[in-house]
Amino acid sequence: MDTFLQQLINGVSLGAIYALIALGYTMVYGVLRLINFAHGDVYMLGAFAGYFLANALNLDANPSVLWAIAVTIGAMAICAGVGVLIERLAYRPVRHHSRLTALITAMGVSLLLEYGGQVVFGATPRFFPQMIRSETYAIGGLQITNQSLLIIVVAVVVMFGLEFIVHRTRIGKAMRATSYNLPVAKLMGINTDFVIAFTFAVGSALAAAGGVMVALAIPRIDPLMGLMTGLKAFVAAVLGGIGNIPGAMLGGLIIGLMETWLSATAYSTYRDAVAFAVLILILLVRPAGIMGSAVTEKV
Amino acid sequence: MSCGTYFGRRRLFALIGAALVAAATTACERRPGTAEADSTGDILVGVYASLSGDGASFGQSSLEGIQLATEQINTAGGVLGGRQLRLLVEDDQSRPEEASSAVTKLITQDQVVAVLGEVASRRTLAAAPVAQRYQIPMLTPASTNERVTQVGDYIFRICFIDPFQGEVLAAFAYNDLEVRRAAVLKDLQQDYSVGLTDAVVRHFTALGGEVLPPVSYSTGDADFRAVLTQIRALDPDVLFATGYYQEAATIVRQARELGMTMPILGGDGWVGDALRNGREALANTYISNHYSGDNPSPVVQDFVSSYRAKFNREPDSIAALSYDSVKVLADALERAGTTAGAAVRDALATADVAGVTGQLRMNEQRNVEKPAVIQEVTYADGEVRFVYRTTINPH
Repeated sequence: MDTFLQQLINGVSLGAIYALIALGYTMVYGVLRLINFAHGDVYMLGAFAGYFLANALNLDANPSVLWAIAVTIGAMAICAGVGVLIERLAYRPVRHHSRLTALITAMGVSLLLEYGGQVVFGATPRFFPQMIRSETYAIGGLQITNQSLLIIVVAVVVMFGLEFIVHRTRIGKAMRATSYNLPVAKLMGINTDFVIAFTFAVGSALAAAGGVMVALAIPRIDPLMGLMTGLKAFVAAVLGGIGNIPGAMLGGLIIGLMETWLSATAYSTYRDAVAFAVLILILLVRPAGIMGSAVTEKV
Repeated sequence: MSCGTYFGRRRLFALIGAALVAAATTACERRPGTAEADSTGDILVGVYASLSGDGASFGQSSLEGIQLATEQINTAGGVLGGRQLRLLVEDDQSRPEEASSAVTKLITQDQVVAVLGEVASRRTLAAAPVAQRYQIPMLTPASTNERVTQVGDYIFRICFIDPFQGEVLAAFAYNDLEVRRAAVLKDLQQDYSVGLTDAVVRHFTALGGEVLPPVSYSTGDADFRAVLTQIRALDPDVLFATGYYQEAATIVRQARELGMTMPILGGDGWVGDALRNGREALANTYISNHYSGDNPSPVVQDFVSSYRAKFNREPDSIAALSYDSVKVLADALERAGTTAGAAVRDALATADVAGVTGQLRMNEQRNVEKPAVIQEVTYADGEVRFVYRTTINPH
């Protein structure tokens, strides 16, 4: 029983990571109908931004929660900028072309960031500084670290935050309008370029927050770290119903739990394959995802 | 204008094509290794190493050891009557396919007389067939997988092999730590880890211990909590992590986070800079290794002090083995009296050199039988130290 509960904790903390990244996929898809394949790589850039900021502040030797928050916000700001830049330089020029063009552009941007990252940062994995002292809480026979708890809490808070932004604010209304019909929203006086840039900024900032927090819990970062994690988060987003915010959360948790339970069996090396088998299955059986419906209310 | 550019480009392509054909035919004429050995000028030695990627620490240490030995040999007057050794270094990015093309380049283009490398068995196994095919001797400092030197009669090594290393680890765990129920985590992608796992399981069982079914992971994995939780449920009193240092650091940390306090044991693959990321969790972990820098013997201490002087850090066992590999090669070149591949191979086969890592006497299988040391891993002030515990001799 202890083992089952421990695996549940492991699975939820892994799932929260996927959920956090899946939220970014879902936001951009909701507004633009674009699968932003570079999203996982923005997550990687976030981890590296955090790495350099934390090392500049020498946080490894002097851990501090306040400075850790500052570093996370710094990384989020940097990645928000990167996200806006990617949208402006890569996606906006092809926005009026077919969706396939945009999709291929997204893959191109993703490859650029991955291999550009290898040139700039080097291919050697780095260890993320310990900005917060790692602590393990034991409840009975169960162990959870403060970093895992942090990821779960942040993922939940972010989900509710996004729901609030999309449904309760002016910019959220503009996002929904843009999502519903871009040309008409533009005719109604909505600055759609700004709305789209805003969406990318928020999505990328979330990815950066995810990158920093994951690096805290699993402190190994390298330029290709966003590849597999990003793809699995994408599966999570599709599973939950892409474009749907609580769906991304649910999808992330399901993928995380599945992976954890599979790792615990003799078939641990098949866990990546299973994530993609799920993708194929969901596209065959229920393409709109668990929480999506035929006429999904998109973000 | 555009017409001119078009023709210009066509002509350029024609030129490149002709050049390629010419290069290809020349390459065919100049069969490396079989050609007459040069008798003057620098002696070109190829080095392929993982200078970037997962195994970057291996590549760095290895190259430094090789550079130090080469420098010492050259300062002392070189080999074969005053000829200098010149190193040509290729980075294989810790990827087996790159290792094989790096060695192909070193042999066919650079025309090296011998190749030094690699550390990780998987990459040596990928590159060794190339050296064997071109009949250029390859000497690996630290690849311990049994199959490496079975590739062919041009492939040599100067370290012990994993069947022995596994025996050493099993014996230390069973006799010294007095543990009886072992769990094993292996890296399915690395021949080294798979081979070492087999050996550990075989010997630990033979001693009377119980081994739980080994659990696999892949190089590059960063989250081991699920598999560790599963292992924890089976309540072993020792854990063998037979992979490399990157993953070992994470495994040790996450095991301790899950409240697993049992001793964790690894092989020489743990010797890498990034192991220090295991931090305080490294307490109560042990490794088998090739050499101990604590050894008071003057040969070892001379090496340690000149290495420290040149690179401003402590040499690890990979650096020591790599240093020795150059000494063995230089000795073989000297005794062969030529740089011709077959003659150097024959000389390597009878090598018997006193090295930093022990007496390097080549056996029939082109391996060296040496004792292994067990070291305790300790962590303090951001640095990992390997503290000598015991020596286990081959029998």
